[in-house]
Amino acid sequence: MIVSEENIDGDIIELTNGAEATVRIEDGCVVKERIQKRYRLRELDERIRKERTKAESRLISEARRLGIPTPIIHDVEKSVIRMQYIPGMPLKHVINEVLSERLGELVGLLHTGGIIHGDLTTSNLILNDDKLYMIDFGLSFMNSAVEARGVDIHVLFQTFESTHHYYESLIEAFCRGYRRVFTGADEVLERVTEIEKRGRYA
Amino acid sequence: MKGTVLGIEGTAWNLSAAIVNEKDVIAEVTDTYSPATGGIHPREAAQHHAKYASTVIRKVLEEANGKGVTSSDINAIAFSQGPGLGACLRTVATAARMLAITFEVPLIGVNHCLAHIEIGRWKTPARDPVTLYVSGANSQILAYRMRKYRVFGETLDIGLGNAFDKFARNAGLSHPGGPKIEQLAKKSTNYIPLPYVVKGMDLSFSGLSTAATEALKRNSLEDVCYSLQETAFAMIVEVTERALAHTGKNEVLLAGGVGANMRLREMLDIMCTDRGVSFHVPEKRFMGDNGAMIAYLGLLMYNAGDILSIENSHVNPNFRPDDVDVTWLE
Repeated sequence: MIVSEENIDGDIIELTNGAEATVRIEDGCVVKERIQKRYRLRELDERIRKERTKAESRLISEARRLGIPTPIIHDVEKSVIRMQYIPGMPLKHVINEVLSERLGELVGLLHTGGIIHGDLTTSNLILNDDKLYMIDFGLSFMNSAVEARGVDIHVLFQTFESTHHYYESLIEAFCRGYRRVFTGADEVLERVTEIEKRGRYA
Repeated sequence: MKGTVLGIEGTAWNLSAAIVNEKDVIAEVTDTYSPATGGIHPREAAQHHAKYASTVIRKVLEEANGKGVTSSDINAIAFSQGPGLGACLRTVATAARMLAITFEVPLIGVNHCLAHIEIGRWKTPARDPVTLYVSGANSQILAYRMRKYRVFGETLDIGLGNAFDKFARNAGLSHPGGPKIEQLAKKSTNYIPLPYVVKGMDLSFSGLSTAATEALKRNSLEDVCYSLQETAFAMIVEVTERALAHTGKNEVLLAGGVGANMRLREMLDIMCTDRGVSFHVPEKRFMGDNGAMIAYLGLLMYNAGDILSIENSHVNPNFRPDDVDVTWLE
């Protein structure tokens, strides 16, 4: 999900149209709606969209309780979440070593709390004043396994490598922050190296 | 591209040899192992291949001869190097090595999954598709990027066909279970909730198969078959759609034996229509395991100079498609 400032001129704006959900701004709020899939049996489709919407909103709130800035949930109804709109710049346009270290701390907090983000890219972090917000928990789930944490970070490092030429120093800075707040960091970062060698990217 | 290649497929139950050139499939002969009871027994399948390999190869050479292509026209021998059942792979590899030495032509080791994709690109208008490859043992969503066919999603345990076959055996249906499940599913519209397991881009089918077997205790066979199909197919169509969104590609290609299922095709067709992308299905003979696909990818690799020495022609039962450096595409 990419939310950037040039998108917020009108009242209702389509921000993204991914495979699963549409995200729009309505009355200053972000409205994320999981769209109906005609190929899926109606009953099954409704069950899945409802379950995932509930799980996502729960994890967004849980992450904030862990100390990670996330949007405030205003309302959840069936397959629609209404939440706070976070203005600011996607991290991918403004990333530097200081912010990467801060991101390491946030991911460390998230993993300490047993949450896997599932789609950690620099587009899913918004810099608002001095605060780094984490958004789009659409693929998030609860898991405390080293492997799941490793994959989470591996995905992030891949976006570093594909979009920032000084990625090595960003990775180093991230690891400093991650190690500072999360006691299991070393084992996870070792696993990240191993996942890279396996050659399968998510 | 030019040349004539003899290819042999034998990763599981189907033993099939074919001769192709750049224009078409010249000859193809298949002999299928069918278990008297239960599923595929790996040793028995390999014994079947060993018993019939010489017959199948002799027949395919005769058939080609009748069309004016003789063994001296053959430029290379291709075989499915993996993934597959080890004993079956070794049997077919032995036959292929023997032919390459006898005819004094190069040997080519083909990845079975990629052969499914390439024959689909040959026999349909699809050029740069997201491929959904679903068979007994394999369930993968692949697309080409930077000299590799990348796996964007795959099963974390067993293949979809395998999950159906396992359920079918438990329900007392004979192998292969898929076609029987499809027929029974047509008699129901009563959906029983079953576990829908999509983890990011990956899938899991073993729990679904077990849950469907459990559901038989309280529900009719027709209702369970219907619910099993609806759940499993929705899962793979969802991941296929995600791969489309992720890669920005605008074609879907269906490959593998499970692709014969009409309900799966219907669901993919609806998804593709709603997304505004095209949907391609090769004719049935090129969907399941076949010798033509091995010979055809062999031909592509032969033209790219991608050949094996006998010493390096070991089979690989876990041969991943994303381990292959694609030499035959720009």
